[in-house]
Amino acid sequence: MQLQTIRFVRRGQLVSVGNVTPSRTLLEVLREDLAACGTKEGCGEGDCGACTVVVGEPEGGKLRYRAINSCIALASSVDGKALWTVEDLAADDGTLHPAQEAMVQCHGSQCGFCTPGFVMSLFGMYQNHVAHGRPITRELAQEELSGNLCRCTGYRPILDAAQAMASLPAARIDEAEVLALLGRHPRGGGDPKRSGKPWIPASAGMTLAQLLARRAAEPAAQVVAGTTDVGLWITKQHMQFPQVLDVTRCEELRRVERYENHLAIGAAVTLTAAFSALVEDRPQLKTFANRFAGLPVRNAGTLGGNVANGSPIGDSMPLLIALGAHVVLMSVHGHRDLPLEQFYTGYRENILAPDEILAWIKVPRPRVGELMRVYKISKRFDDDISAVCLAISMHLEDGVVAGVRIGAGGVAATPARAVQAEAALVGQPWNEAGARRAADALRAEFKPISDMRASAAYRSEVLGNLMHRFWLESQGARDINLEALAT
Amino acid sequence: MGASQPHESARAHVTGTATYIDDIPEIKGTLHAAPILSNVAHGKLRGVDTREAEAMPGVRGIVLARDIPADPVLATFVHDEPIFARDKVEFIGQVIGLVVADTVMEARRAARKVKLDIEPLEAILTTHDAIRAQSFVLPPVTVKRGEPDAALARAPHRLQGTLEVGGQEHFYLEGQVGYVVPLEQDQWHVYSSTQHPGEAQHWVAHALGLPTSAVKVECRRMGGGFGGKETQSGHIVVWAAIAAKKLRRPVKLRLDRDDDFMVTGKRHPFTYEYDVGFDDSGLVTGMKLVLAANCGWSADLSGPVADRAVFHVDNAYYLSDVEIVSYRCKTNIQSHTAFRGFGGPQGMIVTEAILGDIARTLKLDPLDVRKRNLYGIGTRDTTHYQMKVEDNILEPLISRLEASCQYRARREEVARFNEQSPVVKRGIALTPVKFGISFTATFFNQAGALVHVYTDGSVMVNHGGTEMGQGLNTKVAQIVADELGVPLERVRVTSADTSKVPNASATAASSGTDLNGRAAQFAARQVRERLARFVAEKQECEPGQVIFAAGQVSTPSTHMTFEQLVDDAYKSRVQLWSDGFYKTPKIHYDKVTLTGRPFYYFAYGAACTEVAIDTLTGENRVLKVDILHDVGHSINPALDLGQIEGGFVQGMGWLTTEELVWTDKGYLATHAPSTYKIPATGDWPPHFKVEFWPEANREDNVGGSKAVGEPPFMLAISVWEALRDAVASARGAATVRLDAPATAERVLGALR
Repeated sequence: MQLQTIRFVRRGQLVSVGNVTPSRTLLEVLREDLAACGTKEGCGEGDCGACTVVVGEPEGGKLRYRAINSCIALASSVDGKALWTVEDLAADDGTLHPAQEAMVQCHGSQCGFCTPGFVMSLFGMYQNHVAHGRPITRELAQEELSGNLCRCTGYRPILDAAQAMASLPAARIDEAEVLALLGRHPRGGGDPKRSGKPWIPASAGMTLAQLLARRAAEPAAQVVAGTTDVGLWITKQHMQFPQVLDVTRCEELRRVERYENHLAIGAAVTLTAAFSALVEDRPQLKTFANRFAGLPVRNAGTLGGNVANGSPIGDSMPLLIALGAHVVLMSVHGHRDLPLEQFYTGYRENILAPDEILAWIKVPRPRVGELMRVYKISKRFDDDISAVCLAISMHLEDGVVAGVRIGAGGVAATPARAVQAEAALVGQPWNEAGARRAADALRAEFKPISDMRASAAYRSEVLGNLMHRFWLESQGARDINLEALAT
Repeated sequence: MGASQPHESARAHVTGTATYIDDIPEIKGTLHAAPILSNVAHGKLRGVDTREAEAMPGVRGIVLARDIPADPVLATFVHDEPIFARDKVEFIGQVIGLVVADTVMEARRAARKVKLDIEPLEAILTTHDAIRAQSFVLPPVTVKRGEPDAALARAPHRLQGTLEVGGQEHFYLEGQVGYVVPLEQDQWHVYSSTQHPGEAQHWVAHALGLPTSAVKVECRRMGGGFGGKETQSGHIVVWAAIAAKKLRRPVKLRLDRDDDFMVTGKRHPFTYEYDVGFDDSGLVTGMKLVLAANCGWSADLSGPVADRAVFHVDNAYYLSDVEIVSYRCKTNIQSHTAFRGFGGPQGMIVTEAILGDIARTLKLDPLDVRKRNLYGIGTRDTTHYQMKVEDNILEPLISRLEASCQYRARREEVARFNEQSPVVKRGIALTPVKFGISFTATFFNQAGALVHVYTDGSVMVNHGGTEMGQGLNTKVAQIVADELGVPLERVRVTSADTSKVPNASATAASSGTDLNGRAAQFAARQVRERLARFVAEKQECEPGQVIFAAGQVSTPSTHMTFEQLVDDAYKSRVQLWSDGFYKTPKIHYDKVTLTGRPFYYFAYGAACTEVAIDTLTGENRVLKVDILHDVGHSINPALDLGQIEGGFVQGMGWLTTEELVWTDKGYLATHAPSTYKIPATGDWPPHFKVEFWPEANREDNVGGSKAVGEPPFMLAISVWEALRDAVASARGAATVRLDAPATAERVLGALR
């Protein structure tokens, strides 16, 4: 087992923790090694948000703040970054941070156990919105807090607190000081005491070539890219990894590159950033993007991780399949570029060679006249896993279906392309009868299972009904979904 | 009293300095335990092979039934639960023993390496199978009034049907946790996240074979309880104590969330059969009901839960000729337990369903049918358990909400919307709540408190209640501050502690403030009266002329600060502390005939909810909620509002997204927040308005207040009734079969 020392900036100080095993979570290190017990474990799987902390990373000479779940983050993931926990917000004289004061004033805590997580999500929102002069709307508060569960309040006072933060006396982070401690900012005056020795953590960065070389040299290492699923292998399946290879340390893979015909999304791009790019091209994906998971999961998890993990209920694959996305696999020997649906071979199985990593996801840009929708059915609207996910991208020429791609999730052992439904549509006039035939084909094409999320019968029925919804929407029908009513 | 003071721990909550059990600095030598769980629902336990587990890194020992020092059966009322499974297992998740190791993860890893040899037997999983096999944790109970058979036979209209309503996981954010520290001379300090320290103390002492006085149980706060830490928390500390006894080390047991789901009981799922007769106006003239509670493998609190369901079948309505048969089914799943409402919701929901269907059958507005059936004043005012409803405010409360939420206009608007909306349909419902306040076991309705005034004038109060987020400690501090006339910040409430106030009842049945608040008030009053007598003697006035307010004490001739008085009184050897004791008056109850006055008073409320459903998928959303609720004279309006909103949303979760799914092997497939969905921020409806009924409690209760913990939960039945209204509107059908929770799948099924 490879032991390591991790270092990060907290409360204006460089914190060093030694003898950290590769599978140790950030929450464990906080609570057990640092006696920082303000951060709570609610579920140990990134679904309740009680363990939310905020990580700051240098980006373009500034700090970028992300609220993440510490229970499924590796301790090593904060190496070379700045970290804030609930203990770190109040001023030394006891003055509360606006995120805290607003919670007190709005009666936002009852039992108090979820409160540290909410406070940290609010702190993240404060840095990302309020500090830039942007107010927090009710809608934004509901969106960005959807990964934090509270069982006591029913949320109203917490949403009020989110909106009240901006009207309280401001609190400011001394970013220059943090950046100086991270060795990324020459603090003016060169005061050796203030700036200290510039410190560049060993694990801070890796080139793509280095990453591939390490992959070739360490085939037993567990590749991670956000650990929003791998974290659960540790906390729930009790797995331990002798070595971890963190793709998110590769700067080149943290970029979204825009080309004329496609977006290239690096495997280390967070779900937040990846969906932001996808929504920019296709605004109709906004709700789907927000529903993908709670914000702390989207802030840590990556699109590449979601795709490489290949869960049959992962939501990004049906969408990417419908959009005709390709994956680029790379190794020291070269690269391969193939359609996403050819990547999977079975339940959580794919064609990656032991020395290969998934490096890029290429998503075609929208064509004029593209009819594109994605539907997600789950028990809870936000932060839930799909019972059924259906993505349809259609191209019409003179009322005839010139091309269509349909991706489906939750209906087979892998995310799947609905080739039979597509065949039923292509070359046919796009009308109600055609939509009905496609719906029937969809229902016939998959043999979904019954599980705790839905029965097979429901999944089949809804697949077809969603095709009907797509037909209605293609005809300009409005107000045929609940989202329009809820706001 | 009456001010919206922030929660006494609010600042500690938001700064991360509020201490929960797992945050207490660990004593040197502390070990960590993880449970060994049965993986078969019902079977003979032939052997436990611990060899591989014992060889795992960090493992210090394995604890099994044979290590229990005294009675191997838990000291519950029914005495039917082996502490650790011995020769048989009765559900998947039953605890067979513990692995104890240096770290939590070492214990958990090793616990999965324990090999169980279990010969499977046939498992009973549903109420249907249990009734067929006559498998009960307690005998069936029948309550009858009038001549229901005759009334049904002559009724102009009849409806018969069945219904299933699912259980609910508490999902307290802080999972079950206990920390047991052996002290000198076989004394024990137990830290427990519990609503009932006294019972934990009793159970631990009983299992270790010690007098109760040897065990001290302490709980500063819980990270949520909701009934899930009334008995279920006791198991945790009994298990940990047995390990601590065997290994002679402090032992902490903190359940992983998935294990917590697998091990602990939940709200009882219920199934119903009903036969109801009614006249043309929708008046119910006769009713026969079968309520079958799925209790799981042991009795736990199922008896009183099922009783309360029987008591609340009437909800707000007079049932003239009625028969209720209540089955307490024994099944091979988790042992279901207390959960906010404690059977009340399961009693009320079936009658609300029936009234909704009666209205649609007669083409009447459901609200009119509900109003037609309300309890009367001076007539039609006795419950089926022979208690007179003396404080009835149902009609004026409902009518006021009906007007303020514009129910009639909105019903018309919903109908217009539905006519022109092909896919999305709306529904609306206004339902009342009448909830009985008191423990139905009369002897639980007692409480004690201690008020200590120190020589600097600061005040400490300790009471038998526990703080689980509801703000009990805040209210008690307000009551004591009020009684002593000192600023609230002078009063500190400390941990629940069995060595301070003994024999305290569970903090449950919404009674925390009624009981403990009153006990603390009496304790403070005695200190105040002593001080008043002391001052009066010196100032030559009557004690009644001594006024305590805002930290000042005044008589007709002088005034001084509270601190001055206290210092003087101390030096004159006046006792500056006191106990207080309260028992609820008027209540009595015969548990054989299920008649009497089990409740001191009723809490009332009503909610109007509007929803929308998607007829293509069955997805649904709550759009608007208007609530008028009766808390009497509120001791703390902000806290009461928190209970109303939080209770409603929790009830909404129970009836919409929170689905517990057991496989046909009895395995709970929804055992984490990834699969079990409590409401999230996005579920807070765009319109949500709460008003308080302005009247004080008509019974003499602390500050004129009413209990508020549970009653608002049942306001959420309006959500489910509104969903049924939407389904009826989409289908054009009179009766709607929609089991709860109303997941998208169930709503789509109901539309067929």
